[in-house]
Order: sequence, then C-alpha cells, then structure tokens
Amino acid sequence: MQPANLLLLTLVLAVVAYGLGYARSRSLAMPLGGIRHLKSLPFYYGARAALWSGIPALIVLALWAAFQGKVIQLIVIGGLPEGMIPASEGEASLLLSKISNVASGALSPAFAEAPIAEAAERLKALRSQSQFLMSALVIAVAVLAGFLGWLRIRPRLNARAQVESILKWLFFSCAALAILTTVGIIFSVALETFRFFEKVPFSEFFFGSQWSPQTALRADQVAAEGAFGMIPLFTGTLLISAIAMVVAVPVGLLSAIYLSEYANKTVRGVVKPLLEMLAGIPTVVYGFFAALTVAPFISDLAASLGIEASSQSALAAGAVMGIMIIPFVSSLSDDVINAVPQAMRDGSLALGATQSETMKKVIFPAALPGIMGGILLAVSRAIGETMIVVMAAGLAANLTANPLETVTTVTVQIVTLLTGDQEFDSAKTLAAFALGAMLFLATLLLNVIALKIVRKYREQYD
Amino acid sequence: MTDQRSQAEIVRQSLKRRYRKERRFRAYGILAIAIALGALLTLFTDIIGKGYTGFVKTTITLEVNLDREMMYLDDPTDERQMKMADFVEPLIQALIQEIPGATEEDRDGVRDLINPYASVTLRDAIKANPGWLGTTQTMSFLTHTDVDVYVKHAGDEAYSIKLDEQQRAWVDELLERDVIETSFNDVFFSGGDSRDPSKAGILGAIVGSLLTMFVTLILSFPIGVAAAIYLEEFAPQNRFTDFIEVNINNLAAVPSIIFGLLGLAVFINLFGMPRSVPTVGGLVLTLMTLPTIIISSRAAIKSVPPSIREAAEGIGASRMQVVLHHVLPLAMPGMLTGSIIGMAQALGETAPLLLIGMVAFIVDVPDGFFDSATVLPVQVFLWAGSPELAFIERASAAIMVLLTFLISMNALAIWMRKRLERRW
Repeated sequence: MQPANLLLLTLVLAVVAYGLGYARSRSLAMPLGGIRHLKSLPFYYGARAALWSGIPALIVLALWAAFQGKVIQLIVIGGLPEGMIPASEGEASLLLSKISNVASGALSPAFAEAPIAEAAERLKALRSQSQFLMSALVIAVAVLAGFLGWLRIRPRLNARAQVESILKWLFFSCAALAILTTVGIIFSVALETFRFFEKVPFSEFFFGSQWSPQTALRADQVAAEGAFGMIPLFTGTLLISAIAMVVAVPVGLLSAIYLSEYANKTVRGVVKPLLEMLAGIPTVVYGFFAALTVAPFISDLAASLGIEASSQSALAAGAVMGIMIIPFVSSLSDDVINAVPQAMRDGSLALGATQSETMKKVIFPAALPGIMGGILLAVSRAIGETMIVVMAAGLAANLTANPLETVTTVTVQIVTLLTGDQEFDSAKTLAAFALGAMLFLATLLLNVIALKIVRKYREQYD
Repeated sequence: MTDQRSQAEIVRQSLKRRYRKERRFRAYGILAIAIALGALLTLFTDIIGKGYTGFVKTTITLEVNLDREMMYLDDPTDERQMKMADFVEPLIQALIQEIPGATEEDRDGVRDLINPYASVTLRDAIKANPGWLGTTQTMSFLTHTDVDVYVKHAGDEAYSIKLDEQQRAWVDELLERDVIETSFNDVFFSGGDSRDPSKAGILGAIVGSLLTMFVTLILSFPIGVAAAIYLEEFAPQNRFTDFIEVNINNLAAVPSIIFGLLGLAVFINLFGMPRSVPTVGGLVLTLMTLPTIIISSRAAIKSVPPSIREAAEGIGASRMQVVLHHVLPLAMPGMLTGSIIGMAQALGETAPLLLIGMVAFIVDVPDGFFDSATVLPVQVFLWAGSPELAFIERASAAIMVLLTFLISMNALAIWMRKRLERRW
C-alpha cells in the first residue's frame, strides 16, 4: 500500500476506534444507570481509544517511511558480489542510481551487467516487500493498540485527564520541532563542514583570495587543484548587500516616515498595501527582472557613457535586491517610529519645532536603536537572498569593489556547487556545506544582535 | 526687552529657511514612495510587456491528404507499421499545396514552417481514428517556433527572426488568408515542459506546486497551531520554553537556502528519499513556513481576551477545554490568515527546492506525491535561463500565472482578516 493511502487508512482506523470506544463507554455505563456514572464524558473515552490507535501507528509509519529508503539501499549494496562493492560513497550513489534506473525500466536490463540487473530485481522485490511489511505492521499496531485501549475502558477511568495530557504532550512535541529543526540544520551543516576541513586547510578557506572549486573528477584528468578561498565570495556578498542597503534604507526609511507622520489615512490605506505587495513578490520574479531587464539596461547605459560594465553587474543584482528589501525596512521602521510615545512628539511641536525638525531631532534619535535593529535584519536577509543573485550575478569570483563588474556570492556558489553534476564526498560538494555553515552563522549572529536591540528598545518605552 | 525682540526676530527670519527645509523633507518622503511604487509599476509592466504574447499560440490549418502509399502505412492498428510510417510527408505535401508558388524544391523551407511535433499530433490523430487513412482531413497544427516568433514579434528588434526572405513571404501570405492564425494558447495550460517553446506548458509545474503545497499545508498548519497553543497556553515559564522561543524567532530569519541544505543532508542523504519529488519539497517548505505560522498563530491566540478564558474556567472547564472549545475557535480566523500568507511565501519559494533537485527537466505532468516534479517558480527559473527569447516569453507568462495565484491568496487573507477577525 502507498504511504499516502496507508496514512488515510490509519486515520480511518482511528475514527473506528473512536466510535468503538464511545460505544463501549456507553454500554458500560448503562447498567450503572447512565453516563453520569462515568468519570468522563463518552467523547473522551472515544478520543482516548482513537489516540491509542492512531499515535503509535503514525509513529511506526513515519519511522518506516523515513528509513526504508536508506535500509533498502544498504541491503542492495551489501548484496552485490565481492568485486563490485563500491569503495566510496560517490561510487555507491552512482551504482545505486544505475540500479534504480534499471529497476524503474528507464534503462533496459540488457544494457547492464548481470549483477546490476540482479540487484535491480532485488531492489524491486525489497521495495514491494518493504511496502507490504510496512502496511501490515502499521495496521497491526493500529488495531492492537486500539484494541488494548478499548479493552481498558472502565467507568472509573479518568479518560479526560488522559486525553488532555496526551494532547499536551503532542502540542509540546510540535513546539519542540523548532529545536529539532535547528539541531538538524546545525548537524547537517556542521558534519559536512568538518569533513571539508579535513580536505582543505582552515587557513586556505578563510584567508585564500582564490575561488575556483573545479577539482579533477577522475584521477588521470588534468585539472586545476581547485582553490577554496572564500574571501572573494565574502566581498562579493558584501558588495551586493551594500548596494541593496544603499537603495533600501533611504527609500524604506523615508517612506515609513512619510507614511507615519505626513500621509493622511487614504494615502496610507493605498500606499501601504502596495508597498507590502513588493514584499510578496517571489524572489525568482525579482531575479528575472534583474537579469533580463535591469542588467542589460545598466550595461547599455554604461556603454553609452563610455564606461565598461559587465552584463552581470553587481549593481543590477544589488539594486533589485534593494527594491525587494524596501518594504522590509519600511515596515520595521514604521513599527519603531510608531512606538515612540506621542508625548515626545507633542512636546517638540509645542516648543515650535516643525514636523521635520521633530522627526529629525526628537523621534529619529529615539527610534534609532530600533531602526538599526531593523536594518541589521534587512542586511541578514540580503546576505541570505539567493534567487536574485543566482539569476543576475555571475559565477566569476572577482575580488573587486567596482559595482559594474561581476561578482559572485556565497549563496550563488552553494546553488552552483549543489545543482550541477555532483560527487558526494568531493571537496566541491562539501565546500557548499562549509559555505552554508558560514552563511548560517553570519545570519544567526546578525539576527541575534538585531532582535536584542529591537527588544531592548521596545522595553524602553513600554 | 530688546534682547527678546531680537530673539523673536531671529526666529522669524529663520522661519522661511525652516519651512523650506520642512517642504524639502516632505518631498524626500514623497520621492521615496514614488521610487518604491515606480519600481513596482516598472516590474509589472516589464513582465506583462514581455509575457502577454506567451498566452498566444500560432497555428496553421492544413488539408492533409492521408495517403497510404505516401505514408507507408496500411494498418494504423499495427504498432510496427506505425513506428515505421512517415507522418511528415503528408504535412509537407499539404503545405506545398497551400502555398502558391512552392514546389518540391522548397521541401526543406516549407517543412521548417511547421512544428517538429506536428507529426506526433498527426500520428496520434490517426491512431485515434484509423478510418482517416486514405481520406483528406482538415487539421490544425502548431507552427514552428520561428514562425510563432515572426508572427508575434516581426517588428521587435529584441527578437531575432530566423526565417529567410522566402519563408517570411510565405508566412505573410498564409497569414493574410487566415491559414496561419493566432489564438489563445491552450497548449501553455495543458502541457508539461518541452524543449520546443511552442509546446512548453505549465500544467506540470502547476500540478507539482499543488502537490507540494498540499504536503506543506497538511503538515505545517496542524503542527504550527499545536506549537502555538503549547507556547501560549501550556508552556511553563522556564529556560527551556525561552530556548524554544529563541529558536523559532531565529528560524524565521534563517535564509531559505539553508533549509535546502537541511533537506539535502537529512531527507535525501540520510533517509534516502528520492530527489525532486513533491513530498520532500513539501517537507522542506514545511520546516521553512512553520515559524511564520507559529508566530502568527500565537498573535491570534494572544488577541483572544482573558475574559473568555476566565468565563470558561469559571463554569468548570479544564484548561484544555478552555483552549479547544473557546480560545481556538475564536483565534482560528487569525491563524488561517497567517497560514495563507505563509503558504503564499512557500508557493513563491525557489532556492531550497533547487538544492533538493526539483530543477530537473520534466515533461510529464506528475501523478503522485512520489513522482518527479517541478514547481511553478522553478519552471520560471529554468525558462528564464534559456537563451531563446521564446522561452523568456513563456517565463514571463508563467510569472503572471504565479503572481495571479499569490495575489489572490493574499487578497483572500486580507479579506478574511477584515471579515472574520473580531476586535475585542
């Protein structure tokens, strides 16, 4: 049975368990003189039975579905004849994809070596066995646990308390998923990063000024050793983020000031949603706009001025990224400006200051920490932004501060390294994870600082 | 006194300058808003201008003589014969007949007017109607992409027209006689990706997006709401709870590509799940949207006034009953609004899906949660990277479809907020 169908069946079984539990509690209550002699309402006995049946079955289903792929892979690889057992993880994944291609019929068995064809047969058999076993186990668990739960229904059983504590645990585990995600991110990135540093020295990665991750695919191939110095990526990311900030901060801040201090209700009502619309546009659309409209426009403009500009200039990607971040800056600044107490405004105006003087000399200094926090959050978003730079910035890792030249960023390299032909375990693939770790750390640091500043500032006026 | 008067004098004299500054400051604000809205307007006009022609297809209507001998075909039910048969020849003959002045010598030039897939269309038609063999049928075919580009963008310098003089004359002639026509591009909405821009469609990507979104929704909404309930209603005030909160706030700001790395390392490499399937995409997007949903759900729960809780507790409801029977229904509109916004974000997300392999070239419309698929924004990315302008046109059209989805989702969220959310 397909996992999706099995999921449905488990839910149906839980509903059945609910009905049976409900009925049993009522029938137990009958001889005692009605349901008022039950400790809880019949609903809770039903719900208890449903939870007993559903939760273990779902856990089994989730675990089985999560691990079956890997286990089957290991069995298939382990079943290969002596000479074919792959030496490295990379070979293993190549071999596996060949086997699964044969199994799915994409590759005719006639074109594969006999052991591969056999392995493909075994893969197919294992897959159907696994599916059958999973279905049987899940159904058995659901029925058995449901039956046990049903059997244990007594009039004196406090079903409500039990159901509520199970639910509470369920809610808790959902909340704890956030921790699990963070742990998952850290582990997945950290492990590969450590393996990367086994191959490439620390100093080269952090202080090298060369980035060209082309390593030899075969041992006899003539290729560059591959250089993994992240400085050009780092400066490229900073250059593009800086351009984005130059666009986004003044525009976002000034429009927030205008909207909160000058604009009347109608203007606010029209302009605010339009600004928010900028935030809702997918980044791939901005990337499209940057790569196909803004970049050619900039290089044409530069050419007409007699300056040389790359067709994938940092300026195009940065400017469009700035547009994307405008609503982010403006809504965060709007929040902090509005949080400044009205009394300060009134005081300043009463002393004869104009609105702009009040803004510049009273409100802005008071809101500054909050605005700085908002800008830091915006910077972290610019650093982590991917699609715009993948589409509009280049791949060449130039160490330059000229916005008209091509630069590349950390995110571009992660995508390029992981979407092309990849080889597991190669320094190239691992480098992507190392870059990811740097990106995660940088954004985490910025976010923590920014959130601290914003929170501290909020407390100041509460 | 004189001193005071001079003070007032100074102020009065400076007034003009100060008012000028005031006006300038105001103008800066207006300028900033104009820049932002101008960018929005430019973006939209650019995309609509580039892409509206993507919704138009060019077809050619021909009288095709399905001659047995010409096609080397006697029995359309015979698989072997169908494989060997020549479905191009009848098309060429029909074109030569249709174009005045074209002769056998012009075979190659004539053949390039019609879509390479037209012979497949013809074969499928004959397979479906074996009786057509030996008769003459009037059928419509897609034109070659070069013709499509010429018909739609003849005057546009950005497009390079690949037809030669002769072919242009033919197309002009056929256009005049309405043999070549333009109409609404239903192919775009009914097919998957293709190497040929005229054949390329977004149905596969839309279905892939829907499957992915379905997985995301059924996972992230219940989990997000449950987490929000726990944190708002049950969590004890301790360091562990604080830690969860810090985690959620940070995850909300983690770049989306990091979630792609997580998906690649955990779901694909550790669990051995297949690449480029909607289930894995949905799982990754679930982890990405959860913080958004949790944060907005918490805000919704917070906005339910304590009097409701106290009233319920006062008549003997347990804590869980208070939450499930009273707080949750009242907070539901706010939670739904937040979830719709989160889903809209997930629908437009591209970067993490690139890393889990949803960038493959996939022709078929996916038919399940474990079938290789791509999603709408990734399809845009793939087409946008093509050197062929005809694909760029499709990418713009796909962006319009994507934006239509997103804007309607956001409009729905705003409407729900206005309509259902109660102010206490």
